[in-house]
Amino acid sequence: MSDAQSLIALIPRLRRYARALVGDRAAADDLVQDTLERAWSKLHLFRYGTDLRAWLFTVMHNVHVNQVRSARPTDALDEEMPELAQRAAQGDALIVRDLDRAIAALPAPQREVLLLVALEDLSYEQAATVLGIPIGTVMSRLARAREKLRTLMYGKSATKLQVVK
Amino acid sequence: MSESPSTIGEAELQAWVDGRLDDARRAHVDAWLDARPDEAERLAAYRAARDQLHAVYDPILEETVPAALLRAPARRWRAAAAIAGWIALGAAVGGIAGWELRAERPGAAVARTEMPILAHRAALAHATYAPEVRHPVEVGADQEPHLIAWLSKRLGAAVKAPQLGAEGLALVGGRLLPRDPGPVAQFMYQNAQGQRVTLYVRTEAPEQRETAFRYAHDGNVRVFYWIDRKFGYALSSSDLEREQLLRLANVVYRQLNP
Repeated sequence: MSDAQSLIALIPRLRRYARALVGDRAAADDLVQDTLERAWSKLHLFRYGTDLRAWLFTVMHNVHVNQVRSARPTDALDEEMPELAQRAAQGDALIVRDLDRAIAALPAPQREVLLLVALEDLSYEQAATVLGIPIGTVMSRLARAREKLRTLMYGKSATKLQVVK
Repeated sequence: MSESPSTIGEAELQAWVDGRLDDARRAHVDAWLDARPDEAERLAAYRAARDQLHAVYDPILEETVPAALLRAPARRWRAAAAIAGWIALGAAVGGIAGWELRAERPGAAVARTEMPILAHRAALAHATYAPEVRHPVEVGADQEPHLIAWLSKRLGAAVKAPQLGAEGLALVGGRLLPRDPGPVAQFMYQNAQGQRVTLYVRTEAPEQRETAFRYAHDGNVRVFYWIDRKFGYALSSSDLEREQLLRLANVVYRQLNP
């Protein structure tokens, strides 16, 4: 498979991560679109033999950070987006809403780490590379994200995290 | 049981949640958790949240990727073309991309208002899903009774998928598309040459009367559309010629009005 084919094959993964990251469907596909445009133009910089998926998440992270920073107006093109398939199963709407809300309530840096590790199954090292942070920071953000999510979703008061000596 | 160790760092517990410990370390943590039900409960909740993340977001992996995303490089050409002016843009890019581009050309607003929304939406849906190789439909023809029941339920009216085998077209399946108000259904058919036709079905307000067949084309998508009591129909194809499509529209109409 060429890099271009591999990139196209990874679009569903990018969409899944983007949806969980930004919540809103249209905004998520915008983020994927911007990521792909940037990735296509930078594909020659991708080092053969390294993990294309981790590289794409790196590109998406950078695009997302810039978007959040500039909070640009939405692209007029969106009105011409094709109709999107609705999910056939409607029964899980409640979980979606609750989890969406809980995920959205996490601070963005914690949300990114949690999603890259728990949803996208990146190694801790890959997550550190994607986000440009030390691995120790990945681990501490991951722990905080999980505890906060537990509090939000199960209503438990956060038990103090402590290292048992 | 091995002796219960006293010290385990949070990072290792996180790795346990993620299933990333080797067997020895995992057994070590398991033993540690056996003696600490509170900690075991906390980590079990983390694992449950992880499973839930997958339950909620994994279906996105199965969704049809919007065509716009698959055309990311084409979009860059368009940006370049915008700088160069609108000259011969539709002709240069052609196909579906060219069709989408129309909206940005001067005078496109006129074309848009001349094209009724039924035909326009049907053409758009056709252009989006007919080129799909892996996910042309949400529910395949192998589950036709389920497909019909599902679409009828969501549209709030009994929907039928015409049998076009005599015309050499087999039902591929169908999908539900959102619309305001109420969703619409799309059935897809394919012949032995791989040429595709879609039938777009929406419910109509009760006061709608019947109409004759009308024809429209949007780029390379040809559409015959009509309204028949409760339903609005649009039959679209970019593969079949106008005459073939009209003949097919007659067959569909007759089947739906026996």
